[in-house]
Amino acid sequence: MLEFSILLPAILNGLTIGAIYALIALGLTLIYGVLHIINFAHGSLLMLALYGVFFLHSLFGIDPYLALPVVGIALFGIGYGLQRFVIGHAGHGRDENILLVTLGLSVIIENLALYLWRADTRTIETPYSFETLDFGIAFIAVPKAVAFAGALLVAALLWLLMTRTDLGRAIRALAKERQGAKLVGINVEHIFAMSFGIGCACLGVAACLLLPSFYVSPQVGHAFVLVAFTVVVLGGMGSFVGALLGGLIIGVTESLGGLFFGESLGQLGIFLIFIIVLLFRPTGLLGQKA
Amino acid sequence: MRTPTLRTFWAILIFALVLLPLPLLVRSEFWLTWATLALFYAYLGQAWNLLGGYGGQFSFGHALFFGTGAYCTAVLQIHVGVNAWAGFVVAAVAAGIVGAATGWLVFRYGLRGSYFALVTLAFAEVFRILANSFAFTGAGVGLLVPLMPGAWQMQFETKAGFFWLLLVLVIACLLLTWWLQNARFGARLMAVRENEDAARALGVDPFNTKLLAIIASGAIAGSAGAVYVQLFLYIDPGIAYGPSMSIEALLVPIIGGLGTVFGPVLGAFALHTIAEIGRLVFGEAPGLNLVLYGVLLVLMVLFLPNGLFGLGRFGFGLRRYFKRGGANA
Repeated sequence: MLEFSILLPAILNGLTIGAIYALIALGLTLIYGVLHIINFAHGSLLMLALYGVFFLHSLFGIDPYLALPVVGIALFGIGYGLQRFVIGHAGHGRDENILLVTLGLSVIIENLALYLWRADTRTIETPYSFETLDFGIAFIAVPKAVAFAGALLVAALLWLLMTRTDLGRAIRALAKERQGAKLVGINVEHIFAMSFGIGCACLGVAACLLLPSFYVSPQVGHAFVLVAFTVVVLGGMGSFVGALLGGLIIGVTESLGGLFFGESLGQLGIFLIFIIVLLFRPTGLLGQKA
Repeated sequence: MRTPTLRTFWAILIFALVLLPLPLLVRSEFWLTWATLALFYAYLGQAWNLLGGYGGQFSFGHALFFGTGAYCTAVLQIHVGVNAWAGFVVAAVAAGIVGAATGWLVFRYGLRGSYFALVTLAFAEVFRILANSFAFTGAGVGLLVPLMPGAWQMQFETKAGFFWLLLVLVIACLLLTWWLQNARFGARLMAVRENEDAARALGVDPFNTKLLAIIASGAIAGSAGAVYVQLFLYIDPGIAYGPSMSIEALLVPIIGGLGTVFGPVLGAFALHTIAEIGRLVFGEAPGLNLVLYGVLLVLMVLFLPNGLFGLGRFGFGLRRYFKRGGANA
């Protein structure tokens, strides 16, 4: 049973990081589902949010969990502005152009961060950073347990927003039928920007939940952007439940891959899943037929 | 579709005649290095343009081919002692094979647009991790290619040698794209770019057409990697398979003009002029150079989607932005 006692904590740890992946992927899948664009800047925006949390803590002593509303709203604003004033104008009728613009944005954000804050890896110290909870079968660090619960809670809130509010109905209408939505009086550009903003707000929340047990550096987005794409592709582009499920699967895969093959090669498992799913089932586990 | 014309051919000839004597006239090491690097990125951009510009398949991971070519020559040179020119050929073939394998997998399953971009990016990332993990590629430390000066080893003693080598390669690519514009294969490739389903209905086989394009594009990018290794005598996983080479490869033709013969050349010279000016203004600060590239990419797509060759429509793009009538998606 020795193996079991190593495996179980690895799986639990994988689930906690998987919940964060799911939250990041939810933002990505929301943006994809409504605007049909792949946001390459997703990872860099997460990095920006992480720096926001870091500086709020180190300059003003604000606890990451208390910073959540501030960072969430800030990211919403950034996302809204980007879509409304930059990305929305870049299409010229070709999806490739949007891809290129979000790629350009990610290059700008990432290297500006590199210039302003240098390549140093930074972490924060909180009173609860090293506390653990005893689950009987395994110990889990408090920040990771909070991240897990928080990510699921936000996912539930997002689901309520999408199903129970007028905004959610407008977003879903737009995702299904652009022309029809326009005809019934939905302000298309505004709702597009709202969707992009909400997708980015998810990143703000993820950053607050992530930083107490993680680090930030200008390249940190890289680690997440392909993972988030993998999650979205695995779960099915535009599918909410798929993103949640995909996030947890990828989290556990990464954790077990790291356990058996070491950090560097363990990462390979994620890319292999990504490539295999794209090749053999591009619609994902729960996606609709394209 | 352009009518077959000799005008482009004369333009290529004039381009060659103007640039050939440059190393004899320009004595400044700085400007010669600048021109050599611009030609290198023009060459890399030409590879991308073949697939992205003419075929409409936007690769976000062309470093996959570049890095494969670079590692191929470096490993063969260091561990087997193969001559650099032979390594150049092997690099092109190896990168072509990688292109064939990628293309076969990706196009077979009908992945287009964003999916294609994502898969190429993921493939490049897989190769980066692999190159980082094995001893024969030097792992994270990278490979130092031994200095063996002499034209026979493709390590020219003066910058002029590299300049002429790259110039010949760029001119060969210019001729290739000029031929492509007038050839049946080029017509098929452009038909697939414009509308794949319509092209298929007309009897074009999109799979074979795109496969040939990615093999050619990969082989050229791979040979660029082989030249890079002789020029800098060093390669590591970040340079070979990292995102910055992929971004340069796509930025150059986008700035110059996608799917045009001279687009990558124009783009490379424009980009490296701007990059030099940026370096003069901002200094050697890490990151700022790429910020500039990002800004250029966003501005080009927003206002000049047809590149510098579409400059005539600049006013049109600006007007459209402020009237806010731009077509979304």
